[in-house]
Amino acid sequence: MHKVVAIEELAPKIKWMELQASEIAAKCRPGQFVMLVLGAKGERVPLTIAGFDRKKGTISFAFNEVGKTTKQLGLLKQGDNIENVLGPLGNPSEIGKFGNVLCVGGGVMIAPMHLQVQALREAGNKVTTAIGARIKDLLFFEDKMKQLSNKLYVATDDGSQGYQGLGFLKEILETEKFDRCVAMGPVVMMKQVSEMTKPFGIPTIVTLTPIMVDGMGMCGVCRITVAGKMKFGCIDGPEFDGHQVDFDELVQRQRLMLPEERLSSMLWEMHGGCKCGRNKA
Amino acid sequence: MAETKPKPKPKIKKEAVEMPKQAPKVRVKNFNEVALGYSEEQALEEASRCLQCVKPQCVTGCPVEVPISEFIKCLREKKYAEGIVTIKTKNALPAVCGRVCPQEEQCQVTCVVGRIGEPVSIGRLERYLADWEREHGFQKPEKAKPTGKKIAIVGAGPAGLTAAADLVKLGHEVTLFEALHLPGGVLIYGIPEFRLPKAIVRNEVNYIVNLGVDLRLGNQVGRIHTIPELMKSGYEAVFIGSGAGLPMFLGVPGENLGGIYSANEFLIRVNLMKAYNFPDYDTPLRLGKHVVVIGGGNVAMDCARSSMRLGAEVCLLYRRSREELPARHEEIENAEEEGLVCKFLAAPLRFNGDEKGWVKSMECRAMELGPPDASGRRRPIPIKGSEFTMETDTVIIAIGQTPNPIIQRTTEGLEANPKRGTIIVDENGKTSLDGVYAGGDVATGAATVISAMGMGKKAAKAIHEYLMNKK
Repeated sequence: MHKVVAIEELAPKIKWMELQASEIAAKCRPGQFVMLVLGAKGERVPLTIAGFDRKKGTISFAFNEVGKTTKQLGLLKQGDNIENVLGPLGNPSEIGKFGNVLCVGGGVMIAPMHLQVQALREAGNKVTTAIGARIKDLLFFEDKMKQLSNKLYVATDDGSQGYQGLGFLKEILETEKFDRCVAMGPVVMMKQVSEMTKPFGIPTIVTLTPIMVDGMGMCGVCRITVAGKMKFGCIDGPEFDGHQVDFDELVQRQRLMLPEERLSSMLWEMHGGCKCGRNKA
Repeated sequence: MAETKPKPKPKIKKEAVEMPKQAPKVRVKNFNEVALGYSEEQALEEASRCLQCVKPQCVTGCPVEVPISEFIKCLREKKYAEGIVTIKTKNALPAVCGRVCPQEEQCQVTCVVGRIGEPVSIGRLERYLADWEREHGFQKPEKAKPTGKKIAIVGAGPAGLTAAADLVKLGHEVTLFEALHLPGGVLIYGIPEFRLPKAIVRNEVNYIVNLGVDLRLGNQVGRIHTIPELMKSGYEAVFIGSGAGLPMFLGVPGENLGGIYSANEFLIRVNLMKAYNFPDYDTPLRLGKHVVVIGGGNVAMDCARSSMRLGAEVCLLYRRSREELPARHEEIENAEEEGLVCKFLAAPLRFNGDEKGWVKSMECRAMELGPPDASGRRRPIPIKGSEFTMETDTVIIAIGQTPNPIIQRTTEGLEANPKRGTIIVDENGKTSLDGVYAGGDVATGAATVISAMGMGKKAAKAIHEYLMNKK
């Protein structure tokens, strides 16, 4: 049993949760993830660790309330319990002194990105951070990132705040020399960033979040193609060389169970699961 | 003068008492257990076929040395409680073994009755007693005095559960670490409900936990604690029974298309996560109408039979012929009764997808059999120009599993086979590290439940001796 220590809204439908999990907190490192199971009929859901406090024995993560499980998770209150939290899973990020690092975080993955930025700064790197979201209202952690980074850029898809789209990165790449790029966010964003850094020969690390069932290498549903070879997101990753990943295949594989996921979420809401009462007949 | 009648020789029925089963047409529509189990009458009749040999041969075929003739004697005398206690002196999972052990290759091969007819159905009798106990309440066995020694066991599957039960009975303090959110290993994630009901697995695990084993779920050794860390924190010995959980793929083009599952993914979704009850349960599984299962072992049969229960037409594609099928004969028979179509001597070359990235057909090539290979089975050789295409919308790849490398990677000095990934052990399960033992699929590569249990048992004995002789 893992107690919810805190839960707060970062942006509409994006929540931050801090959980009591002392064994995981003692061992986890940036880049790793956990699997949650809510109740006996629940699915196993992977979530990237976005913070940990070894003294308090807590871990934190952010999530989009998009499916049944994440919506259920969003309804939990401080003091509630989660039955199973497994981790830390996956390989920790390689944190070294690389020199000048560009960090690009998008959407909900801005949350774990802040942990990377922090670790990279602590390791003595100069860090330029770019964060982005679809629209202004979905941006979060701007102040936190400003504090942590040497420089911060902000962008939105519609231009409602900061730059519009990712195009501005090209200018940054042309004017400044980077030794490494780290991208965490939607697949299309990571693909775009990888394509932009490639001509400059900047090693680019992307964090992949394919579908997972067990998260420990057993099922192979998280298989992706990297440099023409089959890799498992869970045990070989979750971080890979962005210049070698077959992003298009990944997008396709992430959508494998979309109709089922929607059905599950819809039925749950129809039966009053979300407690908003809207769909209660 | 009264004539002395010659003593009549006891007549033994040549045929074993048949196992009552759900009818194929009925069972293919549900996930309930296929084999229903003997009634008391049937069990007594079958037990009466046992010759009670002075030197029983059956026990020599049992990897965990269950006192077979003794438990059958108890059963014949209707001393059911005594019978199950007799089994449990050697086997902590009789309800499981009575169902999934390949007795026809083990104890029943050496049964003397087998020379004149069908051997005694030892597994069915074992199951009868185990089920009897479940209905009448478990008895706690006697435990030795506490030794004060702490042992860590990695993996709550057949090997780990067996080792845990044996060691806790000897008075040791046992912690059982399991990475998944439910205990049982392959018994819970792999073997389907209709062959091994999960309630039975839960019962068997509860029995072992009630012996005093400390079960820690969701705790993957190698991630939270490494083996060297466990040893440093006060565990004096470790047994690794982490299984063979990594799925193998074919390595042909198109394998990452939608609708192509590893057997592990398919079985984990269906068994562990109960996807057949979606959306009541949260984990989905999308299965088409025409499922092709690639492989010929028990895992392939489990995938095929589960798919049929989910409403699909299923074709099994195997690159050798019927004779070489590694699955249990009983499983093949059951599957065919349920409607399985087998296509032998063919292997896939590539998968083709539709515009949405979902598999729609597979190109295959016919095979012929050459001379035997290292496995002793005849090697399949591709026939040139024999390519053909099969329509399919779901493919399940059941061609084997290898061990998860996480423990080998995080344990310095632990020797493993570089090619197969298995941990190297001696005949008692001892690894290259002092105090560290391993057994089950992680040491042998994918094998059977009972062979894993046999190794768990051997290693437990070796660990006990190691600890008691340690100064």
